[in-house]
Amino acid sequence: MKNFSIATRQNQNVSILDISGELDAHTASQLENALKSLIDNENYSIVVNCSGLDYIASAGLGVFMAYIEDVRSLGGDIKLTDMNDRVYNVFDLLGFPTLYDILDSEQEALQSFNN
Amino acid sequence: MAGTRQVHTLSVEASTEHLAEVRDFVADHAKNIGLNQKIISEIRLAVDEAYTNIIKHAYDNNAAEKVSIEIGSDDDQLWITLIDNGKSFDPDSYSEPDLMRRIKEKKRGGMGVYLIRKVMDQVQYNRRGKSNEIRMVKNL
Repeated sequence: MKNFSIATRQNQNVSILDISGELDAHTASQLENALKSLIDNENYSIVVNCSGLDYIASAGLGVFMAYIEDVRSLGGDIKLTDMNDRVYNVFDLLGFPTLYDILDSEQEALQSFNN
Repeated sequence: MAGTRQVHTLSVEASTEHLAEVRDFVADHAKNIGLNQKIISEIRLAVDEAYTNIIKHAYDNNAAEKVSIEIGSDDDQLWITLIDNGKSFDPDSYSEPDLMRRIKEKKRGGMGVYLIRKVMDQVQYNRRGKSNEIRMVKNL
């Protein structure tokens, strides 16, 4: 059963993770490994493009919570983009929009890293 | 209207491998009774969080254990009940998550119960003999 996938791209100094499918307690480790690998390789400017993400549970949100402080303390950030309304609603219920940069498009996130 | 009450049950091993199946089980019932996408998304999330908590906390990730899930509805309400035989959850020990503090302390988890309470109208925890039951109700 395969209901989550993740791929990494690079745009100049920004790493982009494309996540799609369903992010839950079963699939969250894949996101965790991908984020860890970026950070281990000193990529701290990270965009997570959620355009293919159909669903997120709190286990998925927990991964973002676990790494944001480290990445920011190293001068980077994790910016989230292209969420559908249902996914955004879960982030919103937990108050993420006040603490995370959640943007409409990947382009906006790239620009904000370059400014 | 009489005769519109419908109940379905599913028994699964306590493993995150079955999360998608469990979500689809409640979503199928909700679709069959004509509920809208918003409610379907909410009950998918609620059952996911409740089932994940049982796997992690009631059974300490022991996939040999079983969870029984019931979904039912009548004209006024939809309810989902999950039953396990593991460690019981004390709802009094729960406090609303402070996101900033959790990030600072690098704590994750503890958000599932909060999400369930946000998306469902009633949540009850019952201990029956050796079984724990969480019953989540959505008003229709």
